[in-house]
Amino acid sequence: MTTASIPSAPVSAAAAAISRRATSGAADIEVRGVSKSYGNGRFAKTVIRDCSFVISEGKLTVMIGPSGCGKSTLIRLLAGFERPTSGTISIAGKLVTEPGRDRLVLFQESALFPWMTTYDNIMFGPRARAESGSEPRRRAEFLLDKVGLGAFRHKYPTQLSGGMQRRAELARAMINEPKVMILDEPFRGLDAMTKKLMQEYYANLYEETRRTTFFVTTDIDEAIFLADRILVMTNVPARVRAAIDVNLPRPRRLEDVIENDDANALKMNVLSLLHEEAMKSFARGSKAAGDFIDAYAKRVRTSS
Amino acid sequence: MTGTAALAERTYQLLLSVRFWRGAVATIVFIVLWEIAARAGISRVPAPSAVVVTFNDLMRDPSYWFSWYLSTRRVFAGFLIAMLVGIPLGLAMAVSRAFYGVVFPVFEVLRPIPPLAWVPAAIIFWPTQELSIMFVTFLGAFYTIVINVIGGAQTIDLRYYQAARSMGSSGWDVFRRIILPGTVPSIVVGATVGIGIAWAVVVAAEMISGGGSAGSMGGAKGGGLGFFIWNSYVGGSYTQIVVGMISIGVAGYISSAALRKLGEMVTPWLREQ
Repeated sequence: MTTASIPSAPVSAAAAAISRRATSGAADIEVRGVSKSYGNGRFAKTVIRDCSFVISEGKLTVMIGPSGCGKSTLIRLLAGFERPTSGTISIAGKLVTEPGRDRLVLFQESALFPWMTTYDNIMFGPRARAESGSEPRRRAEFLLDKVGLGAFRHKYPTQLSGGMQRRAELARAMINEPKVMILDEPFRGLDAMTKKLMQEYYANLYEETRRTTFFVTTDIDEAIFLADRILVMTNVPARVRAAIDVNLPRPRRLEDVIENDDANALKMNVLSLLHEEAMKSFARGSKAAGDFIDAYAKRVRTSS
Repeated sequence: MTGTAALAERTYQLLLSVRFWRGAVATIVFIVLWEIAARAGISRVPAPSAVVVTFNDLMRDPSYWFSWYLSTRRVFAGFLIAMLVGIPLGLAMAVSRAFYGVVFPVFEVLRPIPPLAWVPAAIIFWPTQELSIMFVTFLGAFYTIVINVIGGAQTIDLRYYQAARSMGSSGWDVFRRIILPGTVPSIVVGATVGIGIAWAVVVAAEMISGGGSAGSMGGAKGGGLGFFIWNSYVGGSYTQIVVGMISIGVAGYISSAALRKLGEMVTPWLREQ
């Protein structure tokens, strides 16, 4: 950043601060030219190639792409469980090299510790960091209440329903005050009713806290309902095919979004992009992609 | 509900259940057929009625009970040492690749050697027969426990480690709160199977070693249940052989049931709703 044309130092600092906010917020996650390959030489498989995007602070960014396109790999890189083959991932300007409580992941299936009760699961983080006193306990109580599991504090995960497990896991993550929440198809496998409830619950939660969120899904309706910005991914090796801003008003409710014309136009847009990508992977012999094309061809026909 | 009321209720439910009656009838039919076969001279195995008479006599014989005591002591001593050594060893092999690389090959060469093949060597190596028998029961339980601990610890879901590390847990904390509880169900399985093998082994060890050198208690002599069976065979008392066999069956059943119960207590999260 150049400061040569700006006369005085204090102003320059302020200007720099403002312009930095405009281009990249304090806690943005920047993914720059990231590639990830597995294996060596002839057997190398590139899952992500030259992928770049920004997850803006305080925004809910949803990534959507054909199944098996490398979204979960990207999450492992963001979380720091694995390192990229090339390129960099940084959060608030700091390079991501290992897992940290500043970005917590909610996995596809429950990763609650089966041997701990709901309460002990939520208290895992504070106890791991040996945070003492009544403060962590107070926060745990608050979160138990917030996710509506107060009466289930002494239950083990197997005694909770699918939706409850998801909420318990949200609470377990939130007690650590992460800068970013990373969710990997968190509502997959829930029944349709519970899924809708969880989507509304999560939208609410986000609107209350405005915590930076990276949300991966294969469900277009879910993507549009939740997102401030949608990243549509290409077929493997994954790159960002398009970034689409979703400017629907918040707080959002499912019925409103279903009836909203802008939302429907967005959906058609995303659908056609995904359709193209799915065609490509189907051409390479992916059955999942074939199923996707069949399913969405029907929807495109009926809605247009 | 109070404890006794709950027990009464459960007993009542049990008496009503098909499962209970199926088992009861099957057992009775088996005993009746055995009695008929024995009386008709089809088999030289003594009749159940004769076995009951002998058992009645043995109940008042301190030597018989002393044999119970000796075998139980040998099994539990060997089993407990196998747990104390096997669990840390298995966990260490599961967490440290280097340790695994050093110890596992040796372990895998020793493992296929049947514990009973160790009896002659054990008698030579250990200063007393008592210790040799305990060593053999130890081996019987040891391998099963170690293999289960390694398997259990290695199959803990990777996401638990990832979640734990993300939330700031590491080293000892991961071991104590993830690896250890994650392995407990496998430890329970290993222990339940292991004590069964220890019972199978102790009997044979007692037969081969001649009952050990534990001496007597209050004038009662006995060399353990295995020796009791062997001695009955030598003395030609067939009914005593059968009593000895059933005693071992009962002892093994009680040990396994007790361990299972204990296992349920330490794994409350696996209990059904």
